[in-house]
Amino acid sequence: MSNIAISSDKLSKAYLIGLKDEVHDTLAGAISSWMKFPFKNYRTLKRLNTFKNAEEREDYFWALKDVSFEINHGEVLGIIGHNGAGKSTLLKILCRITEPTSGKARVYGRIASLLEVGTGFNVELTGRENVYLSGTILGMTKKEIDKKFDEIIEFSGIEKFIDTQAKKYSNGMRIRLAFAIAASIETEIMVIDEVLNIGDADFQRKSIAKIESLAKQGRTVLFVSHNLSAIKAICTRAIQLNHGKLIREGEVSKVVSVYLSSFAKEHTVHKYDMETAPSSEYAKLIKAELKFDDTKNDHLKAGDPFEFEFVFYNMMKEEHILDVVFQLKDELDNIVFIGSSLDNNYVKVSEGYFKWTCKVPADFMNQGSYSLHKFYLIKNKTDVIFEQREVLSFEIMYSFDLRIGNVGRKEGIVKPKLDWNLLSGENAGK
Amino acid sequence: MPSNIVPHFDISAKKKWKLFDFKELVKYKDLLYFFVLRDITVLYKQTVLGMLWAILNPVMSMVIFSVIFGGLAKIDSDGIPYPIFSYAAVLPWTYFSQSMSGATSSLVGNAHLLTKVYFPRILIPLTPIFSKLMDFTIAFSILLVMMFVYNISPTWNVLFLPLLMILMILTALGIGMWLSSLAIQYRDVRFAIGFFTSMLMYAAPVVFPASLVAEKFGETAYLLYGLYPMVGVIEGFRSSLLGFNPMPWNLIGMGSISAIILFFSGALHFKKTEKIFADVA
Repeated sequence: MSNIAISSDKLSKAYLIGLKDEVHDTLAGAISSWMKFPFKNYRTLKRLNTFKNAEEREDYFWALKDVSFEINHGEVLGIIGHNGAGKSTLLKILCRITEPTSGKARVYGRIASLLEVGTGFNVELTGRENVYLSGTILGMTKKEIDKKFDEIIEFSGIEKFIDTQAKKYSNGMRIRLAFAIAASIETEIMVIDEVLNIGDADFQRKSIAKIESLAKQGRTVLFVSHNLSAIKAICTRAIQLNHGKLIREGEVSKVVSVYLSSFAKEHTVHKYDMETAPSSEYAKLIKAELKFDDTKNDHLKAGDPFEFEFVFYNMMKEEHILDVVFQLKDELDNIVFIGSSLDNNYVKVSEGYFKWTCKVPADFMNQGSYSLHKFYLIKNKTDVIFEQREVLSFEIMYSFDLRIGNVGRKEGIVKPKLDWNLLSGENAGK
Repeated sequence: MPSNIVPHFDISAKKKWKLFDFKELVKYKDLLYFFVLRDITVLYKQTVLGMLWAILNPVMSMVIFSVIFGGLAKIDSDGIPYPIFSYAAVLPWTYFSQSMSGATSSLVGNAHLLTKVYFPRILIPLTPIFSKLMDFTIAFSILLVMMFVYNISPTWNVLFLPLLMILMILTALGIGMWLSSLAIQYRDVRFAIGFFTSMLMYAAPVVFPASLVAEKFGETAYLLYGLYPMVGVIEGFRSSLLGFNPMPWNLIGMGSISAIILFFSGALHFKKTEKIFADVA
């Protein structure tokens, strides 16, 4: 007997992308296009829902192309891939939020989507009213919610405020209540997208545990996350999407490690030759690289030391003070720190090649996705002579840490090992 | 085949020709209930007058119409005292215009839901159709007070009131389905709905009696005028409640034809476009 929960057969989805507006250099041209614009707008808007000949047109973008796979009941499938790889589009099609442009899928059993925590939450309503509204939006009936109500309130931990308007709740309270509602759904198949990126560490731990327990009850779970540690901890199997295509499928740790190594190659080195290098009037960036000791592991782990290396060619003839500055951001857009070469290299430079290295110490970075968001060269502390965005991006993996136990990401933007000293006895009291 | 083991559904780009999936609608009836409850609860939150607005709005319209059209312009009102003549029309008109414009903006207003979760999309424009019945009921009580003050008692025709209400709901829902599914793709609708509504109001016999049309343009024009369903509804309200005229069955009959056409064509257009709501929202 077959045990299939979802079978997907060549699912594809095309979206219309905007083409560049025409630019007119004559007044007559501008006026005539201005007169015609309602018709042009109408055609563009009308095309939003027609995909005739989408295959051949250049202004369509395939968010998903010929994705086929099967999931059995009781399986927990992780879906990984870069931003824009088509993960969310796939989930939306399977949840019937949007229709595929072509291809088909068959879903056996009730499916509940958790693409966002707090869908349909209304802050004007009380917590109790929101439980019923949110619950029915997610597909439960009033009867089912009645039965689950006490459990939901207990899991959320906001008993006292259940008859208070939700607008008086803190953000954390809203998230806890919303997640409690979602967690109480009892469908055969659950689809979960990036919900672990919110809330504090305690909440994240609780929700990972909840998803794990769903899996143990034999529920089928489709799980999208950038948190690869969570994927590895929860899922049994994984698929990887890239530019809308399914490029890898298999046991979760294998798919994740191949994904990571490809990730490493793609985004942790950018090397250019003189002709193609990103350049300004005054400087060219030849190379930017993240280096770490890859003899033990093929990817970077939290707590490992690493260094950035920047090679550039300076075209400024006269001698000047040069400051190499970069901004490191995490996946939540927090600036982790700003690096500046003026910290310990107050030297004057003139025309020529320069290679700067910058060491990031051990026991400092936390796990997560990071990007070298901005890179600047600043002359004489005032003039920006070179600027480049998104120079590098990289992933720091979770590392098992005896001190805090195996509980996923530790709270905090950085995870430094601090220098603690203990003094005991008589002297400590002074 | 495993297809008979568990309930299952298919996902594809194929067209489905079922206008309403009643089985699914029954499954989601609780959601409709909580949507309506949400609308009613939230509507008058943080207002001083609260539910009184449901009375104030139609009453103020009635006062303005009575002063301008009844007092200054001296429009004929079939022998009915002008205030109650206009209130009997303002009452269904207010429901009609509010539920119609509510339904029209409903999809755009709930776009965040459309992109995040599946449920029968028709529930969204249906919600204002039901929730505005609350205001209608409250405002209706004022009509009863006015009838008492003017010493007017309803006729037996009042039994046909539910039929008139169904006609008015069907029309509002039909136009609502058309405009809401157009509005999510073409946001122009949002800007046009204002004058569209006031145009519809002056086209309806709110400030004047429908008999004026027969008087000025003849019987054929009067019958054609009935194709606008609100004509039959409003004149029907006046006849059944105030009893000055016989029930205008010819107007109601004409109106029913176009209301049914509006309703089914609206449902068809909604069905045809609902699969792209999440993409254009």
